[in-house]
Amino acid sequence: MEHIELFFKSIFVDNMVFAYFLGMCSYLAVSKKVSTAVGLGVAVIFVLAITVPLNWLLDQYLLQEGALTWLGPEYAEYDLSFLSFIMFIATIATMVQLVEIIVEKFSPSLYNSLGIFLPLIAVNCAILGGSLFMQSREIETLGLAFNYGISSGIGWFLAILAIAAIREKIRYSAVPAPLRGLGITFIITGLMAIGFMSFGGMLTGGDEPAATEVKSAKIKVIKEDVEQNEAKLKTDLSVADNINK
Amino acid sequence: MGLLSKKDGKLISDPLLDNNPITIQVLGICSALAITAQLKPSIVMAVSVIFVMGVGNVVISLMRNIIPSKIRIIAQLIVVATLVIIVDQVLKAFAYSLSKELSVFIGLIITNCIIMGRFEAFALANGPWRSFLDGIGNALGYGLILVVVGFFRELLGSGTLFGFKVMGDPVEKTGLFALGYENNGFMVLPPMALIVVGIIIWIQRSRNKALIED
Repeated sequence: MEHIELFFKSIFVDNMVFAYFLGMCSYLAVSKKVSTAVGLGVAVIFVLAITVPLNWLLDQYLLQEGALTWLGPEYAEYDLSFLSFIMFIATIATMVQLVEIIVEKFSPSLYNSLGIFLPLIAVNCAILGGSLFMQSREIETLGLAFNYGISSGIGWFLAILAIAAIREKIRYSAVPAPLRGLGITFIITGLMAIGFMSFGGMLTGGDEPAATEVKSAKIKVIKEDVEQNEAKLKTDLSVADNINK
Repeated sequence: MGLLSKKDGKLISDPLLDNNPITIQVLGICSALAITAQLKPSIVMAVSVIFVMGVGNVVISLMRNIIPSKIRIIAQLIVVATLVIIVDQVLKAFAYSLSKELSVFIGLIITNCIIMGRFEAFALANGPWRSFLDGIGNALGYGLILVVVGFFRELLGSGTLFGFKVMGDPVEKTGLFALGYENNGFMVLPPMALIVVGIIIWIQRSRNKALIED
């Protein structure tokens, strides 16, 4: 259940492009044709699925506060989390290079379709963003981290596929000249993002209001308690005053 | 420009409008949009990018002859990552709540395409001083758009600027709110950042016909 929830949440609710604007540069640059968009999208899913779990391991066993305990108890208080940016980006850059070499060696046809996009991906914000969100959201297990990598990759893939399809069609529309190209793409993406916001209530819609209601009810009870106590104190004080007099 | 020769001055003034990194070169949009709901984080982000780009461009330009071209991407990433760590630690030390608000987006300066783009296109081929100017110029162009977007989104969305209630108080109905004005809550939501940038591009291109795409 946890897995299914994370999966759909990362694709629709926390969509990389529409909710956080990650990977916008390549999203805008490579979305002129559907075929190239598919190539880049698949490459992003692929690289995210590898780097997010890898960076999860790094975070758990090297960077977090107390992560070095496995080396011995004297290392327990080290906190290397300030190094996470450099570690994550180094992992990503190395993995991208490695994947490129491996794919070229074993599957030249895949390399031909993905190859040109792989170097682009090292500097794609969506990849580093995936790892950083994984860290800040404190994802618990390796399986969930893998799930998060794949599902947020799929979310990105969907976004670039959709905008590429729209851009192929929009060529036949009479867009005002100054808006043509970049401007209209921005506005369409904005409208798509508004559309994707409607997924927001899909997963937590039932629970959240209930939870806040319970909370406010609790707060009310506590407030009443405090008021009662204060009233009691006041009467006690006035009684004490009277006695003193 | 007293200090700068005409050619050097152009390095700073060009990216501000006619060759703006966001609206014309389409670089660095990733981290730009998510943090512009208010003016203050936009300015902090702009200042951080100006620092990282200015220093980064100089470092890369000084090392341009010793970096082997095959691994230059990794070398550039390491330089940027180091600078961004400095920015992140400074923010955490002196403005903790703000750094929490910016969350991962400070880290994402590393993969900000403007930085890699300018390293590749300029710092690898030019001397340190000119690279410094180019870095500052492009970062200023980036910051300009951020501040404009942040200004309109905060003003129209929450009726405040830097947290000051310039439009009056929506609860007590003072200022403009007394005349029946309402905040446009839509401006605070992320999609409006895209639409505001789209409108900026529209205005810019209608003023300068040479920039219109076919």
